[in-house]
Amino acid sequence: MHNFEFVKPASIADAVKALAADGAQALSGGQTLIATMKQRLADPSVLVSLTGIAEMQGVCTGDGGVHVGGATPHAVVAREAAKLYPALAKLAGGIGDPAVRNRGTIGGSLANNDPAACYPSAALASGATIVTNKRKIAADDYFQGMFSTALDEGEIITSVIFPVPEKAAYVKFDQPASRFALTGVFVAKYASGVRVAVTGASNNGVFRWFEAEAALSGNFSAAAIAGLTVDASDMISDLHGTPAYRANLVKVLTGRAVSAA
Amino acid sequence: MTKVTMTVNGKSMSAETEGRTLLSSYLRDGLGLTGTHIGCDTSQCGACVVHVDGVAVKSCSVFAQDVAGASVKTIEGMANADGSLGVIQQALQDHHGLQCGFCTPGMVMTSAALLAEIPKPTEAEVRHGLEGNICRCTGYHNIVKAVMAASGQDVNALAAE
Amino acid sequence: MPKDHGIGASSKRREDVRFLTGRGVYTDDIALHGQVHAVMVRSTVAHGRIKSVGTARAAGMPGVLAVFTGEDFVAVGGNPAGWLINSRDGTPMREPKRPVLAHGKVRHVGDSYAAVVAETYEQARDAAQAISDDSEIEDLPAVVNMAAAVANAGNRVHDEIPDNVCFDWGWIEDNRASVDAAIKAAPHVTVLELVNNRLVPNAMEPRASIGEYFPGTGDYKLTTTSQNPHLTRLLVAAFVMGIPENKLQVVAPDVGGGFGSKIYHYGEEALVLAAAKKLARPVRWTAERSESFLSDAHGRDHVTRIELACEKDGTFIAFRTETLANVGAYLSNFSTATPTFLHGTLMSGPYKVPNVYVNVKTVFTNTAPVDAYRGAGRPEATYSIERVVDMMCRELGLDPFEVRRKNLLTPDQFPYQSPVGLMYDTGNYQATLDKACAMADVAGFEKRAAASKVKGKLRGMGLSTWIEACGIAPSNLVGVLGSRVGLFDAATVRVNATGNISVMVGAHSHGQGHETVFAQIVADKLGIPESSVEIVHGDTAKIPFGMGSYGSRSLSVCGTAMDKALDKIVAKGKKIAAHMLEAAEGDITFADGKFSVAGTDKAKTFGEIAFSAYVPHNYPLETLEPGLEETAFYDPANFTYPAGAYICEVEVDPDTGRVEVCSFTCADDFGNVMNPMIVDGQVHGGVGQGIGQALLENAHYDETGQLLTGSFMDYAMPRADDVPFYNVDHSCNTPCTHNPLGVKGCGEAGAIGSPPAVVNAVIDALQRGGHTHVTHIDMPVSPSRVWAAING
Repeated sequence: MHNFEFVKPASIADAVKALAADGAQALSGGQTLIATMKQRLADPSVLVSLTGIAEMQGVCTGDGGVHVGGATPHAVVAREAAKLYPALAKLAGGIGDPAVRNRGTIGGSLANNDPAACYPSAALASGATIVTNKRKIAADDYFQGMFSTALDEGEIITSVIFPVPEKAAYVKFDQPASRFALTGVFVAKYASGVRVAVTGASNNGVFRWFEAEAALSGNFSAAAIAGLTVDASDMISDLHGTPAYRANLVKVLTGRAVSAA
Repeated sequence: MTKVTMTVNGKSMSAETEGRTLLSSYLRDGLGLTGTHIGCDTSQCGACVVHVDGVAVKSCSVFAQDVAGASVKTIEGMANADGSLGVIQQALQDHHGLQCGFCTPGMVMTSAALLAEIPKPTEAEVRHGLEGNICRCTGYHNIVKAVMAASGQDVNALAAE
Repeated sequence: MPKDHGIGASSKRREDVRFLTGRGVYTDDIALHGQVHAVMVRSTVAHGRIKSVGTARAAGMPGVLAVFTGEDFVAVGGNPAGWLINSRDGTPMREPKRPVLAHGKVRHVGDSYAAVVAETYEQARDAAQAISDDSEIEDLPAVVNMAAAVANAGNRVHDEIPDNVCFDWGWIEDNRASVDAAIKAAPHVTVLELVNNRLVPNAMEPRASIGEYFPGTGDYKLTTTSQNPHLTRLLVAAFVMGIPENKLQVVAPDVGGGFGSKIYHYGEEALVLAAAKKLARPVRWTAERSESFLSDAHGRDHVTRIELACEKDGTFIAFRTETLANVGAYLSNFSTATPTFLHGTLMSGPYKVPNVYVNVKTVFTNTAPVDAYRGAGRPEATYSIERVVDMMCRELGLDPFEVRRKNLLTPDQFPYQSPVGLMYDTGNYQATLDKACAMADVAGFEKRAAASKVKGKLRGMGLSTWIEACGIAPSNLVGVLGSRVGLFDAATVRVNATGNISVMVGAHSHGQGHETVFAQIVADKLGIPESSVEIVHGDTAKIPFGMGSYGSRSLSVCGTAMDKALDKIVAKGKKIAAHMLEAAEGDITFADGKFSVAGTDKAKTFGEIAFSAYVPHNYPLETLEPGLEETAFYDPANFTYPAGAYICEVEVDPDTGRVEVCSFTCADDFGNVMNPMIVDGQVHGGVGQGIGQALLENAHYDETGQLLTGSFMDYAMPRADDVPFYNVDHSCNTPCTHNPLGVKGCGEAGAIGSPPAVVNAVIDALQRGGHTHVTHIDMPVSPSRVWAAING
């Protein structure tokens, strides 16, 4: 990979300052970015590590639900959210593999918004709030298509706030090689209604399956979606699955998530 | 170049690094600890797993400067103080859990972290725990068996041989 | 009681200690004083004409020491094909030159057309990128699909080969008409078209090479990831570089797996030697995994149409196949033997089938070269046969176990001359089938299927009865068939003065455990502790000669050479003992490490004899040379024929198409087993790869010749949670009749027998689940393919 200057600030303020430099890019866990840099597909001149910022670490309960620090590794979420938000913890504990979970972070995952990443489905289904150094962004406004988010250049996800549902579950169907989600569905039942978010399936990245939400808000059971069909027209097509196959998975996994919740 | 110091297998060690120097290359090229192997470039194979401050990481996907000052344990630090094989290492030899040996350092490091977290894992927990370590030789049978044996479980009945 | 040492004991592997403690020494672990780094410049297009190679900017970049292009290697030789195949009409195969660096055209993504050497790896990488950016390569249409390659005479991988066909081979051509007639007259014919999916071997250690040149002597040294250093020396020295063999030492140190991919000589090995000479500094090259995907020889990639003709009761009458076999852009060293003599000769399987004819057209495409990968030709043959047999059973409503039992050769039929040229020496195929059925609890299947159904899963069971031929031989026969190399092996047993032993073997261990198993045999034969024996391999300067390790040959060929050298040691020891004990040579017996005068208590230990050979104070110097060192070369009379029966059980999730392998049972006949633990491990590994081929792995090129599965992110390697514990047995053994140890090869069996068992199980599950329209799914039987088949 190309060389760069490595900086590791200890505070959000210093990180923001460092990111103002020309060609600066944030590095969170690096579990995607470093591979991308090896292929010379990313070429920062300054790399700003967010792993040394104590205020971006950890899981706690606070206003609006469970707060997860932006630089919290998946393994820590899996452990520390286990009682606070079990479905979220389970999702975090199923990302990648153990070593990846020890480095990869929630902020990195959400900032990258890989269409096959797990976390975006949790954020969207939970109606989470993405907190940055500048503002708070509702999940519904945050995800703007594959690898695209509402974040501005140099903006850092400092934490994510998850309202805790009455019931929830995430069911992921692994892409057999990468172990990313070939399709993954997060179902969350709140007093206000059910939210269903799907990752891995669509060319537009994570999305809400509104028809299922409506059906499940009336009757939270797998049977409630039996009559629905999933539109395959904008689904991802690759070696691992056709659009029709992914559309099928969306429905199957939604049913399984509802049963598991 | 920036000098980076870490505590590696209990000893303070230093080497010069660039920003782009990965922990794996710091260990292999900087410190001459070539037991940590590089088997891929996409953070998938796990041959490079080491422990940083007590947790398993893929050293090919961490910059050396990001873990400056950390305590790092590599395969070279896994034997007992008297030089004899550690419990996991010994179990892997006893149960023929390695063939070409290339993935083995990563398997040992991942297994050690797994057993630290789950002292008596089930077969499924071991298989899940080793998901990020690819072995092309063994079909995993004897690795899984060895890890379960290293946890003190009787593995003779696991599968006929 | 199992033995605790020597032949038949599950001795723990001595090599493990260094691997477990991080002290193995693989090629990339070696750092030499003054070393510099080479990076290859690889084509990003599948097919292109090289208009210009832009080296000027790169040459001036920081740290850059040398730049090489195809121009630099025009005068040297090409990397040759090791086996000449003639087409059905008698014409020899087409053999385009395979240069060190591409010249004129690039022919696959990853084809190297330039190389940079710089002080650091990153500097070389930067300069390689500059060359890539500055070069002009005119994009030509890619030849990817084999059928299209053959049909489209205008689009040529090699300009001089109009239809992209390397050869059109018939086996056995003289039998073609009679096989055709037998099929025409048969009461039933089952036809199956199938794909044997292309695989990337993916040994976990990527290829690496270090070249050194010593100006003082003019000697070269190549340290490289090789399964057979002597063959590499022969190819680099004699064929490519024109270096005298005695000026080139090739060392293959610890090698992290091969599975075929490290048999072959690759251009990088010549490049680092040329660069080392030019710069008088050690030059190292190590592949990144993404380079391995693009440039290692791939495996399989056959498209086959097989016909099985039979009686209505399932008695086989004939097999006939037509295969297109992909060789990729260039002929890798054994690429022409793999789809022919390692494939066509196995096309009668373990069965009595009187009529067999095999046709293979081998096709050039703009893809990486394809060559032998674990099993090499035999998995392709086995898969075709075992799939079509299952399909025939389904068509005729016959039981696949009974049909196989009916058609298997019986023990009284050995030695058996197969209709495709092989002479099977021994076997008991019923025994392994019965054993597998008992181990897999075939009788209890329905109960397990019912339990699966309760969970919403479809359970199926698949069988394959397989045979293979390993330890390819003898040299005089393979020479007639087109081989350009011998297929013997060699070993030197050096007894040191103090009685310990160094054995230099031509086989190379890259995971197989030779250092342990070969020592067991030596210890057993000489009655000494295993710890007194050292096995030396992988260095042309230390070893007399060797053809290396592939094709499950190490023990049956090199092990036999070692055995014969040990016989010579014992024979000489008897002469020395006769002198020391003042007895006739004929009265000396050797057992348990002692030379004794028969019928007396007079004896000398092995150690005393060894000492006397090197301190010959009391020694028959007039009639016997001092020293105790013997070499044997061994050229086998025949292949060995391991065989077995594999049973796989799967559960299919009909909603997602996901297949889970619930159990996998192997009953194998490997002849005499030297170390059961290691043999088990070889089977486990082979089955793991076979399950990978059946369910997961696929080297897929798109129509432009880009490899879409070019990393572990898209090429699905079997992981720990993709496979079950395997149920393995090798108690039903019939010792090989023509080697003294009675051994057969075991390294490839698992990969040969398992894919059809898995696929047969999946089809069985779907059929039982009512999806009777699904009669075949091509590998890898991925979730999306299963789902599509169910819903198709």
